Amino acid sequence: MKPNIKTMVRSVTGEESEERSFYSLGLVLSILLTVASFATVISGLVPRDWMIPGLIVLAIVQIVVHLRIFLHIDLSRQKREDLLMLLFTVLLLGIMAFGTLWIMSNLAVRM
Amino acid sequence: MSNAKPMNAHPGMNLGYGEGAHDAEVKVFGFWVFLMSDLVTFGLVFAIFGTMVEATAGGPGPREVTNLHSVAIQTALLLGSSFAFSWASLSMKYHEGRWRTLFYLSFAATSALGFLIIEFLDFRHWIEIGAVPQRSGYLSALWALVGLHGLHVAAGLLWVGAMTAQILIFGLTDDIKSRVTRLGLYWHFLDIVWVGIFSMVFLAGIA
Repeated sequence: MKPNIKTMVRSVTGEESEERSFYSLGLVLSILLTVASFATVISGLVPRDWMIPGLIVLAIVQIVVHLRIFLHIDLSRQKREDLLMLLFTVLLLGIMAFGTLWIMSNLAVRM
Repeated sequence: MSNAKPMNAHPGMNLGYGEGAHDAEVKVFGFWVFLMSDLVTFGLVFAIFGTMVEATAGGPGPREVTNLHSVAIQTALLLGSSFAFSWASLSMKYHEGRWRTLFYLSFAATSALGFLIIEFLDFRHWIEIGAVPQRSGYLSALWALVGLHGLHVAAGLLWVGAMTAQILIFGLTDDIKSRVTRLGLYWHFLDIVWVGIFSMVFLAGIA
């Protein structure tokens, strides 16, 4: 059988260019958030007390950007199992990691 | 990206698996279970690091071990690597042929190798200034956390090597595409862990 050359020529569909610009958006957002994190510490514009909370917020936002854009987690029904597993893991970590920090810092204060 | 397509059921991408679609779904879900257990491991090492931040025992502390230039370069390399991997996945999804996919994969691998080299230079510097793991609780936790991430990247590089060989030998079959998709999840996951490390270990350390 002779392959039909016409159908083999790749055309950029609307879905493809949409998907590519979505990934590029993820890259741009990640770069902006990373620069903001570094600037928080080295620019001297942010008061000392606000640096750590600022870093935590920027890191969480960037992680959400990565999960949504690069790892394709969203609220659709098909991906609900993955989202639920992720949220449950975060809950477990919240209990274990936050609990560890809480108890150990309390112990450090009392020692 | 639209919900109307029943084949796009996993958080990777619709790669157009034929009859093996369900099998691929199950494997990707299983891989998510692994990633989430790995996340618990990383989270707990982060928590241990949190309890050890002040425990420098008079030895080198966050200010001595943090080299912001090096951290910035490592961050850029890992993000670049992650993005190149996305492009490899897209070239696979849109059937651009195996050479295009391999080109982006090699870009991702080179970038990650650069990351590891810069990290290794940092480790060497830490040893030179006496910031070795046995010096203090802080340094033990630091080496454990940053080292664990570095080991993951090194393991990922071996995996990329294995996938490159498989693509060269077998071409982009459905099985191989499914494996590369899982490797992609792993790759992006490691970048997420690095976001936590550069923010909470290095930047917060000198804040």
